[in-house]
Order: sequence, then C-alpha cells, then structure tokens
Amino acid sequence: MIAFSPTEEQTLIAETVKRFARERMRSVFREAEESSELPWEVVNKGWQLGLLSAAIPEDYGGLGDAQPTVTGALAAEELGWGDLALALAIMVPGLVALPILYAGTEEQKRTYLPRFSDEGYPKVTAALIEPRFRFDPAALETTAVRQGNEYVLSGRKAYVPLAAGAELFLIYAAEKGQTQAFLVERGAPGLTVGERERLMGVKALDTYELALDGVRVPASARLGGDAGIDINRLLNHSRVALAALAVGLARGAYEYALEYAKNRVAFGEPIAQRQSIAFMLAEMAIEIEGVRLSTWEAAWRLDQGEEATRECVLARQNANAMALMVADRAVQILGGHGYIREYPVELWLRNARGFATFDGLAMI
Amino acid sequence: MPIEFKTPGAIQQVVSMAQMVAEQVMRPKAAYYDEHEHEIPWEYINMMWPIVSQSPLLGADDSRNGHGEAERKRSPITNVRLIHIVEMLSWGDAGQYLCTPGGNLGAAAIAAVGTPEQKRRFLSRFQGEKPAWGAMAMTEPQAGSDTSAIKTTAVRDGDFWVLNGEKIFCTGGRLALEESNGLVVVWATVDPKAGRAGMKPFVVEAGTPGVTVTKLEPKLGIRASDTASILLQDARIPFDHILGSPEVISDTGGEKGFKGAMKTFDATRPIVAASALGIARATIEYVKHLLNQEGITIRYGAPLHQLSAVELEVMDMEAQHRAAWLLTQKAAWMMDMGLNNNLEASMCKVKAGDAVTRITQKAVEILGPLGYSRAHPVEKWMRDAKINDIFEGTGQINRLIVARRILGYTSRELK
Ligand SMILES: Cc1cc2nc3c(=O)[nH]c(=O)nc-3n(C[C@H](O)[C@H](O)[C@H](O)COP(=O)(O)OP(=O)(O)OC[C@H]3O[C@@H](n4cnc5c(N)ncnc54)[C@H](O)[C@@H]3O)c2cc1C
Repeated sequence: MIAFSPTEEQTLIAETVKRFARERMRSVFREAEESSELPWEVVNKGWQLGLLSAAIPEDYGGLGDAQPTVTGALAAEELGWGDLALALAIMVPGLVALPILYAGTEEQKRTYLPRFSDEGYPKVTAALIEPRFRFDPAALETTAVRQGNEYVLSGRKAYVPLAAGAELFLIYAAEKGQTQAFLVERGAPGLTVGERERLMGVKALDTYELALDGVRVPASARLGGDAGIDINRLLNHSRVALAALAVGLARGAYEYALEYAKNRVAFGEPIAQRQSIAFMLAEMAIEIEGVRLSTWEAAWRLDQGEEATRECVLARQNANAMALMVADRAVQILGGHGYIREYPVELWLRNARGFATFDGLAMI
Repeated sequence: MPIEFKTPGAIQQVVSMAQMVAEQVMRPKAAYYDEHEHEIPWEYINMMWPIVSQSPLLGADDSRNGHGEAERKRSPITNVRLIHIVEMLSWGDAGQYLCTPGGNLGAAAIAAVGTPEQKRRFLSRFQGEKPAWGAMAMTEPQAGSDTSAIKTTAVRDGDFWVLNGEKIFCTGGRLALEESNGLVVVWATVDPKAGRAGMKPFVVEAGTPGVTVTKLEPKLGIRASDTASILLQDARIPFDHILGSPEVISDTGGEKGFKGAMKTFDATRPIVAASALGIARATIEYVKHLLNQEGITIRYGAPLHQLSAVELEVMDMEAQHRAAWLLTQKAAWMMDMGLNNNLEASMCKVKAGDAVTRITQKAVEILGPLGYSRAHPVEKWMRDAKINDIFEGTGQINRLIVARRILGYTSRELK
C-alpha cells in the first residue's frame, strides 16, 4: 500500500524524542554552541533513549525494530529539531555500530554490537572525511595495504567527532582503490588525534583531524572480513540520516519564523499578514514536507532491502538545499534581529550549511 | 497502516492499462493535435469511453446508489488510484487527457453538493452508450482568482431560473454542450448584493435554449482541449437544477453552499498536480534517454566536484519531481482515509505546478537545439506544463491557502 502514517510504536518513539528535544536540548543548545562544549548530561540522557539499541536485532542485544531506518528517520528529525550538534553527538555511536551491523562478519557483530545496548555512552567514533577539497568517499587518499597478517593504514582524516575521548575508531581507507573500513583501538602506534577543528557551526560537537602514520591492525580488524564493505550501502544510511536531521532543523527554523512573523508588527499589522512573508512561510512548509516524504521513502526502501542509492542521494541533496533555503528565510523574516546571536536563527543558518559537508557524520 | 510506498497491485494493473492507451493511442497523436488546435481526439475518446463509463474516474459513481452513502462504499484507494491514472494519461498527452469523456469537474461539483436525487438524475448520462462530458464554468472576464466578482445572474421565474451572463475559459465546454448530451455546472449569483452567500451552482444541460459556445481560445499548450466561452442569454433551466440550497444564507458552518463546492478543490487539486507530474516524468525520461544516447549517465552519489552541470540539473529535476509526487500521493491518500486534506491539496498543487514548470523549461535548455525544436516533444511539454500553475487556483492563490492554514488566518487577515 501507499500510506503515510507511522505505527503507534513509531509515533510513541517520535513523541518521546520530541519531548526530550524540547525540554532537554532546547534549554542548553545556545550555551553549548557559545561555549563550544557538549553538555554531556544531556548527551547521555539522549543516548539512554535507546534509539540505536532499538535498531539492533535482538540476536545482538538490541530490540530489533522492524523498520529501523524509517523509525530512525522519525527520531532523527526530532533530534535535528532540538539541535544539530547535540543530535550528532547522540548519534556518534551509530557511526560504528551500524556499519558493523550492515557489513560486519558474524564474529564482529557478536563481539562489538552488544555493548551498544549498554546504558553507558560508548566511546567510539568513525573517520571517513578527509581534509581536502576533492574528498570522495569512493576514492579515499588514506590507504590500507596488506602486509602478511596485518593492514598498514596511512593518511589523514578530518571531522572525526569526539575523537579525543574515543577508545575505538572505525577508519575508512582505500585498499586497492576500494573503500574499506578498519577497527582501530586507541593507542595503536602511529594513530594521532590532532587539534580540535574550528567549524562554522555545530560548535558544541568537538571534531578532530586524525593522522595515521603506518598504523598496523590485524587482518581481522577489516570490517566484513574477506568480503569487506560496500561503502555506498553505508553511505545510503548516512544520506537518509542527514536528510532527516535537515528536515528537523528546517522545521525548527520554520516554526520559529512563523511565530515571530505573527507577532512582529510593522506598518500597523503583523508582518505575516503581508504576502511576501506569508508566501515565504508557505513555501518553507511545502518544501519541508516534500523532503520529509522523500526521506521516508528512501528510508523505507532501505528497510525493504532495496539498493535505493538514487532515492537516498536525491533526498539528501534536496534536503541540503531545502534546509539552507528555510534557514536563510528564517533569518530574513526576523530581519536585523535574525542576524543577532540572541536569536537562534543565525545558528540554524550556519548549521544548515554543514549538511553538504557532513558525509558519514550521521547514520540511521 | 505503517509508512509504506508500495503501489498496490490493483493500482499497478489499471496503470499499465493506462500506459497502453498512453503509448499506443495518445503519444502517436500528441504532436498532431498540438498542431491541429481544436480538432477533437476521437480515437482516444472512443477508446476511453467504454472504460470510464463502466468505472467512472471522478464523481459519477455516486449516481449508482443515490443514498448519499457513496463515500462509505468507495474503496479506500479511490483517490490514490485516480491520481495514478491521471499521471499516466498525462504522461501520454495532457491535451488529450483533458478530453477524457465523463463528468469531470462538473460531476465533481454535483457529487460534492447535489442531493442524492440530483446525483442520480444528472450523473447517469456519464454511464450511457455515447460519450458525454461534464464541465464547470466559474471564470468570467472580470472574475478569475477572485471568484466572488462573478456577475452572471440567476433570477427565479416560477418553476424556472433565468440565467444571464458570460463565462470564459471553460475546459471542455464545447465537448459538454455541443459534442454530447453533457452538462455544465454554471456559477451564478441569485443576489448580487450578498457576495459569496449569493453564489450558487446551476446545472445547465446541452441543448438548453439561450446557451451558446461563442469562442474557443487559441492557447500556448494543451491545444487538444477546448477552452470555451459560454454566453447565457435568458437561459431558462428548471428550478430544481440549482445545486444545494436556493436560500441566500451566509455560509458559516454549512457544507452545501459555496464553501461546500470549494471543497471539490480538495479532490481536484491533487488531480491537477498528478497531471502536471505526468508531463514532468515524461520530460525527465526523455532528457535522460537523449543524454544516455550521448553516453551521459547520471552518477548518483558522485562528489560535487566531479558532477557536470547537466547531471546536477537532472538530479534536481528528479528530486523536485519526487517530492511533488509524494506530496500529491499524500493529499490523495488523506482523502481516501477520510481526513481533511485542504492544506495538503494546495501544497501539492503549488509544488507540482512549480516543479513541472521548472523541469520542462530546464529541459528545453539542456537539450539545446533539440529542446527548442518542434521535431522533439520537449518544447510542447513546456507549453503544456504551464497551465498547471494557473488553473484550479494559480500558484499564488494556492500559496495564499497554504499560508492562511499554517498561520491560522482568515481571508480577511491575509489577503
Ligand atoms: C486553459 C484554461 C482552462 C481553464 N479551465 C477553467 C474551467 O474549466 N472552469 C473555470 O471556471 N475556469 C477555468 N479556467 C480559469 C482559471 O481558473 C483562471 O484563469 C485562473 O483562476 C486565474 O484567473 P485569471 O486568469 O482571471 O487571473 P487573475 O485572477 O487576474 O490573476 C492574475 C495574476 O494575479 C495573481 N493574483 C490574483 N489574486 C491574487 C492575490 N489575492 N494574491 C496574490 N496574487 C494574486 C494571480 O496568481 C495571477 O498571477 C481556465 C483557464 C485556462 C487558461
């Protein structure tokens, strides 16, 4: 059938995350941004919502959601509405758990997955992006070379979230021209966590460069064993996650601008009563809903086991453009006030621009 | 029902039938009817009549059981099914699609506000031996978006109404009045001072003295479809041809008067959106086909710095098309579920009207010398596309509706 109503369970999850976003994330997000510090208490609470565990099958200690990606999209929208930096932080463990779930060997799944249902936030991270303009997830500059029973990793990574405290890294590297992923423990010789990066937005989330100088890992550390990974499949799960977060961010900006426009009076009446403002709001609402449905469809196809690259790519690209458009208009609707950091819309504009860059930085 | 995007088998079946008609009957003649404006596409009509008279696309199924129970008896996929068919027929040729015999907008209005007896009486002709058309005439020279400005009058004279005025831009007006035993639902005012409360729909049947088609508009596109001017000169119609109540009462709360009829837009806007998106899909497929022949395939997921401008354009076309089609499906699905879809109907109409306009205009550009040439269909699709941003409420009017809904404003608060 064609149907647009989440199940009761999904609605319940979305409602729970929505409440968390409103009560916990929204009360701290501006301060977190200004101080460039994660409010760990909130991140831990977000982790304890158990969203990742819900997506992991029962065999590996999770709850085994029947539509994990659709549910993930619903939850990610709410987190994205709350705050992008905090949302990404809450979702970081998924950057390791989900590739293991989708591409790992049976042994890797049994070894690693159960810990993602623990109450404590897992100290793990993943490194895909590289610090260069020509970055291409399918043609990485970081290399992995097989030497006997080991792989040797060399190269540089960027945008590695929470790397300073991570104990396990999933590092993507090109092996014979194919993107593969390797599980690397903290303290591996040659692995250096660099300086904290300074980004345009999502400042509360600390990200780092990573240097790999001949880092040796056992052959068993290669994700998926001999079969390796299909990077595109993993990227599809990232694309829908980013699209869903973008929908949430945009919805937040739209709702804020709408309320503002109804209350701000100019020339004797609320600015929302002028068509140029009202039409902007109408278009924002339409575009948000269009991307939301495109995201759901892409997520649904992934849950059906379809390849769905086209749908995932298009949903994400459209989401990038949409989120930027919506956030920009939100600033415009607030006028000069929109430019001031005491209002949230300038932050949403900076964060929205990030979606184009955040390959692999969120996954559902 | 969980979130799902699988077209049901029953819909796939009718869609593949529609596809056969589109490929074998409509496509081969699309250019011909574009170049021979106002010729009637009888092959298509005669092909469709046995199908639609058995299983009407819109509205007319209400005539079978005049108990007002039709809503309940409708299968829960009626509207979703309909938009799929319309999309496919418009993929074939939007001009011919608009000549599809049946009650069309006229029947939609009758179904929305007629009594069970009126539905039976007026709609049975759409199940007869010969093709018949219904049409709807609201627009007048001085009244388009502002429907409350209509001047056509209806004056009671015993058991009759006497109608006087001029209607323009009536889609299928000629097919309804001159080419079949059809009908036109004509909007007129019974009290010019009463504004919207005085506006009433009247059923005017083919052959009514004093009713003449005075002009067929020459158009940018959809040239197979007639856009008729209708002159009403002391046209006498039986008293019980008024739909809904003859009383001039303000419409608060009532679903039967002007507001009730405006509700038909909730059903028809997704249909217009679907038609737009059939043209959009045809265009995207054609562009991709020609690009493929030149060895250009779209590399989904390749990084931005590797993608060509053309690849990015095509991806954007596809993304906008998809978003619009999902919005349209949602609006139709909500109707099937018995939910109020007033907001969603206007949302999908705005998005589809925008998307098809941009996609087709971009396609002409991308294909360069082939795009602008009448030897290829893309320039025609661009011309056909534009009407979807205009009729059934312009893009601006539908934005107004969306804006009022999201802001909680009345039409007085947001003009
Ligand atoms: C091919 C074709 C078929 C048609 N079929 C039918 C039919 O079957 N039955 C029927 O009754 N009518 C039909 N119409 C009429 C159609 O619905 C009207 O043309 C349409 O509603 C616009 O009205 P208008 O042309 O008078 O433009 P106007 O109302 O004069 O609008 C001109 C411009 O002003 C904008 N505008 C108007 N009001 C506002 C506002 N409040 N805020 C912002 N912008 C505004 C409009 O969006 C438009 O851009 C048809 C028209 C065409 C061209």
